[in-house]
Amino acid sequence: MTDRRQFIQQAGLLASAAAIGGLTPSIARAQNAKIRVGMMLPYTGTYAALGTAITQGFNLAVEENGGMLGGRAIEFFTVDDESEPSKATDNANKLVQRDKVDVLVGTVHSGVVMAMVKVARDNSTLLIIPNAGANAATGGQCAPNIFRTSFSNWQPAHPMGKVMYDKGHRKVVTLTWKYGAGEESIESFKEAFTKAGGSITKEMYLPFPNVEFQPFITEIASLKPDAVFVFFAGGGAVKFTKDYAAAGLKDKIPLYGSGFLTDGTLEAQGASAQGLLTTLHYGDGIENPKNKLFRYNYGKKYGIQADVYAVQGYDAALLLHGGLNAVKGSFGDKKALYGALEKVKIDSPRGPWTMSKAHNPIQDIYLRRVEGNANQVIGVAWKALEDPARGCKMSAA
Amino acid sequence: MEWLIQILNSVQYGLLLFLVASGLTLIFGIMGVINLAHGSFYMIGAYLAFTLSSLTGSLWIAIPLGIVLAAALGLALEWAFISRLYRRDHLYQVLLTFGLILIFEELRSIIVGDDVHSVAIPAALAASLPLTETLSYPVYRLFISAVCLALAGLMYVTIQKTRFGMMIRAAASNPEMATSLGLDIRWIHALVFAAGVALAAFAGMIAAPVSSVFPGMGNQVLIVCFVIVVIGGIGSLKGALIAALLIGFADTFGKVLLPDYASIAVYLLMAVVLLFRPLGLFGRA
Repeated sequence: MTDRRQFIQQAGLLASAAAIGGLTPSIARAQNAKIRVGMMLPYTGTYAALGTAITQGFNLAVEENGGMLGGRAIEFFTVDDESEPSKATDNANKLVQRDKVDVLVGTVHSGVVMAMVKVARDNSTLLIIPNAGANAATGGQCAPNIFRTSFSNWQPAHPMGKVMYDKGHRKVVTLTWKYGAGEESIESFKEAFTKAGGSITKEMYLPFPNVEFQPFITEIASLKPDAVFVFFAGGGAVKFTKDYAAAGLKDKIPLYGSGFLTDGTLEAQGASAQGLLTTLHYGDGIENPKNKLFRYNYGKKYGIQADVYAVQGYDAALLLHGGLNAVKGSFGDKKALYGALEKVKIDSPRGPWTMSKAHNPIQDIYLRRVEGNANQVIGVAWKALEDPARGCKMSAA
Repeated sequence: MEWLIQILNSVQYGLLLFLVASGLTLIFGIMGVINLAHGSFYMIGAYLAFTLSSLTGSLWIAIPLGIVLAAALGLALEWAFISRLYRRDHLYQVLLTFGLILIFEELRSIIVGDDVHSVAIPAALAASLPLTETLSYPVYRLFISAVCLALAGLMYVTIQKTRFGMMIRAAASNPEMATSLGLDIRWIHALVFAAGVALAAFAGMIAAPVSSVFPGMGNQVLIVCFVIVVIGGIGSLKGALIAALLIGFADTFGKVLLPDYASIAVYLLMAVVLLFRPLGLFGRA
């Protein structure tokens, strides 16, 4: 059905062009065709809310540009990846090989994104990652055609090492799930904290996604460190802050975390999260006109508050728009397009940021304090933080 | 002192696991039905506690209401689906109950959404007991343990000492003979299934204030429940209680003493038990 409609549209264009003054060159005609954008995100399962926020953010940016990116209209192809790594390669191939998308956008889950990275590398398809933080995507597996508009797992946790040292903490216990994002976050925190002069009393791990924290809380109470740093998200984050407060530790041994500990979960955490300090690349109350406008428009259009995921989706569309604008909307010269994408300066609601050599945002990481149901930004924990991109060797596309 | 508290943690976790697993071992042992959807009933219980306590304003009203609703759901499911599978192979039961998991997860997503929620601890039990100078123990956790012990006793008395319990045991050990003696097996099966669902939902409701309420919570407890049923011996409540406590200890001390191998501690325990007692601790051939 779409094919026939497209054919009629193109035939119409052709006819009018011929009527005006001979056939236009075929390249120009190709640029009038719609950009094929493949959205591969979770729309069901645990991360459904994140996938939806990213999509809404992306769509808002498209709408603000009059329904176009880089001067070209868009045709969406959508796949629900269910955050299921075992189906990830097939799903990405569907979009790349069957739907022949020009650009692949996704996803939330780090395991799924690594499969997308492989497909994008094998087919030289442009990939824009609007969330998943796996360091390798812009580290060991980096490539000219792979860009990220969110963060690397290394980024949000790193500044907390400095923050906690400056607060006078010298001996710290860490706790997280034994899986990619958790381990990469703790590793990065540890790097900054020990470099500042602090020491890690004990690194504790529990299997993902186990939430029986009581043995660790008992151990923390008997180790009596100066402070605790954790990485948890979602249901685990809620249960951990509640268990920690119920054990009476909240006021005795301060708890810190990377921002995911308190993002999107504050209502459920209630009093147990009040006053906690976390670090992330976004937060509530960032004072810039772009953020105000973005939050207003997002709230008006979708009826809910924008969150960090919406921002990342919004920025993914801004990146594509900026890059395509610089090359007159053409996917023809890949090298020129990737070069242009590298140079785009994103005027993001989180504050302006630029692409690193490895294609990950160089961005400010904010220090936030939980106040009521908001992660209030109280300062910049690290200005223009760049991921070290370990193991990244850019080869030709 | 730390070790005493870790023992308390083990017992407390073990008792809660027993409460969830007891319904599974009942359904498995008496009806011979492998019920993969057991974790979903736990999840449904937690969401009922969240929804009903925000509607009524009290967990104490939400729990009895939730038990009635869960038992009704159990009766309906038994009548509509499970009763057709008693004479079939276990594989059909696995397929059907797996389908139920998917349906319940989607329904949860549609009705309540994918956000994480919490249920407030009732004011009367919201206090904490100071154990050391830094650590306190929430009274509600101790309350859960007491409830689990009381329920274990109640189940034991019901099954071993009452006339209804005798009928259940008869139906489990020899259904044909029980039927020819005039027992209505179908009715007993329906009641046992409803009781199993209600037990799982009750566990979810009473655990909701400490576990919080989130998508996928049912699948997390399902596997450990099956491990408990297998270690304890299929259908044995006493076995399930001892197995649940063993798992509580293995999990807690595994995390503290061998953190790198904590994820396999529970399965290692199962493997060792099955090596010496292939039918589980209290299993009968």
